[in-house]
Amino acid sequence: MTLLSTHLYSYLFIAIFLFATGLYGMIQHRSIIGMLISTELILSGAGLNFMAFNRFITPDPAIGQIFTLFIMGIAAAEAAIVISFSLAVYRRYQTIDPESVDKLRY
Amino acid sequence: MIIYRYIAEGLFIGFIMLVMSGSILAVRSRILMHAVLGLAVSFLGVAGLYFFLGSMFLTLMQILIYVGAICVVLVFGIMVGKTPKEIDEKQLRGKHSILAVSLSTVIFFMLSASVFFAKWNPVTEKIGDFSMAYLGKNMLYHYCLAFELISVILLAAIIGAIILARGGREADLG
Repeated sequence: MTLLSTHLYSYLFIAIFLFATGLYGMIQHRSIIGMLISTELILSGAGLNFMAFNRFITPDPAIGQIFTLFIMGIAAAEAAIVISFSLAVYRRYQTIDPESVDKLRY
Repeated sequence: MIIYRYIAEGLFIGFIMLVMSGSILAVRSRILMHAVLGLAVSFLGVAGLYFFLGSMFLTLMQILIYVGAICVVLVFGIMVGKTPKEIDEKQLRGKHSILAVSLSTVIFFMLSASVFFAKWNPVTEKIGDFSMAYLGKNMLYHYCLAFELISVILLAAIIGAIILARGGREADLG
């Protein structure tokens, strides 16, 4: 009997699904906060990937857990930065649509 | 004993369903608050998958940091920043929609093929365990420098966030 939860492939496919969904949301951008949500999905997929390899491939089980903790820390820092950035952008441009914030383009 | 395995398998499939439905809701919903709700559901599913991967500590950290902190910060940003509550229909199905669907589908299948055809060597023996004591010992002995650096990064991010959010207020006053 083969169980789905004891295979490396099922975790990797979920991680790829998270990455592809985040990429979809990132390209089809609607607002800066929507893009931030997509970024969190991508980072979550990366963390799941590390944990899957940590469970099935690596001999030392501490490495992947520590790396996933660091990914969580980076995600928290990034969320704080982007939220305050979107507040500043809204105060200046009265919108958070990323396509209308383009003064440096010209 | 075999019945417990089936129950665990059902839980696993339930967590997968949580992850998939939550992430689709997070990128497809027109209301931004619903997107944050979908993100929280997806993170809960990922926490369950961490539990299946053997790490109780990371399950708790996932719920604590992602669901408890990041989603609350996102809700705070949405409520403070007066972002548009409804996204326009034409903006949702804009010019990037076809590009987004095709590119993410292509990357999904390419990565799936590369995962499927790669040769993984499963490890036979572990040198440590999944306990929190082993994890903490590793983090404070072997990965001490990275542990300190991440705290410096968090400090710099928090100071930067305060400066970014505060600069406009002084401009308004002056």
